[in-house]
Amino acid sequence: MARAIVLNAKDNVATCTSDVNAGGVIECLGGAFDVLKTVEAIPIWHKVALAPIEKGAKVIKYGETIGEALVDIPKGAWVSHENIFSVPRAYRDEYINRKE
Amino acid sequence: MEFWGYKRSDGRAGIRNHVLILPTCACGSESARIVASQVRGAVNIVFNSGCSDVQANTDMSQKILTGFACNPNVYGAVIIGLGCETVPHQKLREKIQSMTDKPIVSFGIQDEGGTLRTIEKAVRAARDMAAAASMQRRERCQMSNLLMGIECGGSDATSGIASNPAVGELSDLLVYMGASTMMSESIEWIGAEHVLARRAATPEIHDQIVRICERYEAHLKAAGQDCRAGQPTPGNKAGGLSTIDEKSLGCIRKGGTRPIVEVLEQAERPTKNGAIVMDTAGYDISSVTSMVAGGCNAIVFTTGRGTPTGNAIVPVLKVTANAQTYKWMEDNMDVDLSGIIDGKLTINTAGRQLLDRLIEVCNGRLTKAEAYGFSDIAIDHVCRFV
Repeated sequence: MARAIVLNAKDNVATCTSDVNAGGVIECLGGAFDVLKTVEAIPIWHKVALAPIEKGAKVIKYGETIGEALVDIPKGAWVSHENIFSVPRAYRDEYINRKE
Repeated sequence: MEFWGYKRSDGRAGIRNHVLILPTCACGSESARIVASQVRGAVNIVFNSGCSDVQANTDMSQKILTGFACNPNVYGAVIIGLGCETVPHQKLREKIQSMTDKPIVSFGIQDEGGTLRTIEKAVRAARDMAAAASMQRRERCQMSNLLMGIECGGSDATSGIASNPAVGELSDLLVYMGASTMMSESIEWIGAEHVLARRAATPEIHDQIVRICERYEAHLKAAGQDCRAGQPTPGNKAGGLSTIDEKSLGCIRKGGTRPIVEVLEQAERPTKNGAIVMDTAGYDISSVTSMVAGGCNAIVFTTGRGTPTGNAIVPVLKVTANAQTYKWMEDNMDVDLSGIIDGKLTINTAGRQLLDRLIEVCNGRLTKAEAYGFSDIAIDHVCRFV
């Protein structure tokens, strides 16, 4: 069975360790999700959605936000640079000693 | 743990004993290449500017050239200049001599009457320097003499999942043993800078890390560029990395978990011992160039898609956790960590394996890029030539 690696319990994507066909079954390692069925082909090292991700919702990997969904992404779909985007940083909120 | 190195008078230690043939400008680079090819034990770098630069670019180049000559892996240097460049050979030599007492000589092509006469003199000088270097013996060195630069390039999703965490483990082991490690590529902290900043030893270092990212984005914006357009690279995207945030979150894992004790500008020499970060470009070759100028004597380099890169002065140990890349590009890869992806190798064990291999490299084992004599260099620029 094809495998995907879940890096953090908060993640809503997993990384496939082989090419997977549409309708293929993936065993997810390292998270709460056991097996899921893909809705489209996913290339090796690319991400599969572990749950439906609504347009504008955060995409989580390593337990951190890696971007936001540009469209509704169904469970089992391919998550890539085509359907998620990087959100600009709010640096000013990150400083311990805030500058003016 | 110890390693066998070449002790230098400034208290540092080299893991190589190269004679460096150093051009002051592009016009000296070809002669430097020919001189190095004539003398066993000599290495050269190619320098593609040194003239018609604004002050900020000149300052950067000078930091790199002087840093290279002072790098503990260098026994001595033969400088080759032209005569009309921004910083001529005598000035560069005097500057380096004020920073180190290693043997440094210099020649100018216009002074000597052309390239052939310059090459003849420079070959004789390099030959004598290489003979002297060959008399120096390796001695036992404390781990505190090791400053390992940590780099990644040609990343794919295996980098952040496996090879970077393994190198992070190596970094933690080294810091625990008293060595220092240096992670750079600040543009690849963006999106993960809040996670990296949590490792800061002080609130000031925390804010320095955030500020570097904020300024980097602003710098590119001032030039009409968006860091998110170039990052991730097309290769990263093909390898499953979709956003700069995803790339960065994987990248920073290679620095390990120890407190960050110092934040350096490009090519700056550390003053502290432990886990250090340097503000460099995400362009791997430029980043390695700056870390070598800062005094790193070894580089560990993770890759997903595979890269041949090597540095003239410092061995670059190439690590991948992508089984296909290791198999397909074995001629460029030193360590295969794909067992992590297959669940056959833990990150901890991988870190220990890397430590063993790194010590072998410190003791003299050639990396593949080193055996091929690779000498990549890229010096970061602030603005256009004038």
